[in-house]
Amino acid sequence: MAADLRQPAVEAWFRLRRGDFVLDSTIALPAAGIVGLFGPSGAGKSTLLRCLAGVERAPEGRVSVNGTIWQGDGVFVPPHRRSVGLVFQDAVLFPHMSVRTNLRFGARRLRAGRRRVPEGDVVDLLGLERLLERKPATLSGGEVQRVAIGRALLNEPDLLLLDEPLASLDVARREEILPYLDRLHAELAMPTIFVSHNVEEMRRLADSVAIMAAGRILSHRPTADALAGLGPDADQGSIASLDARFVGSGRVALRGGEAFDVAGSSGPVGGPCRVRIAARDVSLALDRPSRASALAVWPATVEAIARTDCGVVEVSLRCDGGLVHAQIAGSVAAALGLAMQSRVFALIHRATLAAPGDATNRATQRAPTP
Amino acid sequence: MTADLTLADLDPLWLSVRLAAVTVTALLIVGTPLAWWLASTRSRLKSPIEALVALPIVLPPTVIGFYLLVLMGPNGPLGPVATALIGRPLTFTFSGLVLASMIYSLPFVVQPIQAALEQAGGRALEAAATLRAGPVDGFFNVAVPMATRGFVTAIVLGFAHTMGEFGIVLMVGGNIPGETRVISIALYENVEMLDYDRAHGLSAILLGFSFVALLIVYLINRRWLRI
Repeated sequence: MAADLRQPAVEAWFRLRRGDFVLDSTIALPAAGIVGLFGPSGAGKSTLLRCLAGVERAPEGRVSVNGTIWQGDGVFVPPHRRSVGLVFQDAVLFPHMSVRTNLRFGARRLRAGRRRVPEGDVVDLLGLERLLERKPATLSGGEVQRVAIGRALLNEPDLLLLDEPLASLDVARREEILPYLDRLHAELAMPTIFVSHNVEEMRRLADSVAIMAAGRILSHRPTADALAGLGPDADQGSIASLDARFVGSGRVALRGGEAFDVAGSSGPVGGPCRVRIAARDVSLALDRPSRASALAVWPATVEAIARTDCGVVEVSLRCDGGLVHAQIAGSVAAALGLAMQSRVFALIHRATLAAPGDATNRATQRAPTP
Repeated sequence: MTADLTLADLDPLWLSVRLAAVTVTALLIVGTPLAWWLASTRSRLKSPIEALVALPIVLPPTVIGFYLLVLMGPNGPLGPVATALIGRPLTFTFSGLVLASMIYSLPFVVQPIQAALEQAGGRALEAAATLRAGPVDGFFNVAVPMATRGFVTAIVLGFAHTMGEFGIVLMVGGNIPGETRVISIALYENVEMLDYDRAHGLSAILLGFSFVALLIVYLINRRWLRI
């Protein structure tokens, strides 16, 4: 299902300030297909989804879904009057109801004439047949998420929002639920946002990926382009992928930049290559260090500051050669007084060469429906 | 010793039960919206209101009783209102006792409901809202069923606490048989008159009642935990 980004069915824009955090995001979704929303913790992904569902009200914002205004022009449609499906990370099933009653909760409140999705189809799609009479407390984490997704689908949403539905599950449970999401993707045509930290999940499910940091959508591109160069290892942080060319054995240079060493690099001098730099391997300084252990030192401008887990912040730095990211301790970022547009120096400690054709390989890696 | 208790001696017990039932019913009607507001508000007024609700737990009942006496007396602000409505001030009437008991037992009803709604509300209500349930629908079909334990605790504690009320009754209700002579007042009178047999009988009834009430609360809590 190719995402047609030119014909948005859902268009939304929000601005919301909470303490230091500012959400200022614009997103457009096609009529069908999954948009992956990707970014560090604290980037504002959940807030964006909550604003779309209407459970949170951004003071400034505009949402239109299939031509209907949900917010804007002095209108704010409350969440219970929006045809929306929202699945939380820790799916909230109603504990006093059976799975069947949970599934029917939204549908029961829908005018009979508007019901299009047969309950049996959703039950089959998500493999819920044997769970129907059980109480939520007796279900496994994966089963709970499947029921929550089913409940959202039976609510006949015009917009489906999946907020890290797999994040609370262990690897085995993820593997158990992913085939159902593949089927969902293949069989249902509705605008969907899928939030995940997991690059592999994104590659598998998303048609396009929006990258979010510090309350802003930085880009929204087809999945293969958006995730090119991003590894599955979250610890190393975001990975920058920069155009460069070989300038000698083991040395490369960015456009117009000085040469530096890249492990294992070889190729015809002057030939193009792509250099990958993980956020973990970049630090920054306010003054240009005269002598440092870095491979390269580039003047840069702070473009985004995003909080990740464990008190680490990821700073996006605009250099001459492109955008690189640096992982530093949150306390250090505060002590340095980093802010948007701060002029700093990026210290590159390690760079690797991207395999030729890396991006295209990735693009074909999307698993077929099992 | 209880053999000496006649049916007439049990009149104060029935009066106490009636008072407790009316008080708890009224408190559920008034206290549930209050608990709901406290559970969901981000207002700065939340803490002051919570402190006010909790006051009866720490204040001597005689202090509350004194203020209520002044408030409800013929010259108090509520005096003319009550006179216009029921023909006399609220002091030394059953209605006055109900009002006083509602204030006295307020925290015992509001706090368990508030705690339960805090736990039940939030995400579950947001989920309900995205499933087309408006605020009232979500409250009655999601929040209240999820908070059942809190409501049962509130009813039992509110009832038992009102049954045991003494100081406030003495201040605003006095000792009018059939009107304000509740079980604790009757008990006090028996002791004053050195009628220890009757005092034993009434005390045993209150003791047993309170124990059973608390037992119900704890049993319910355990059953819910096991689910």
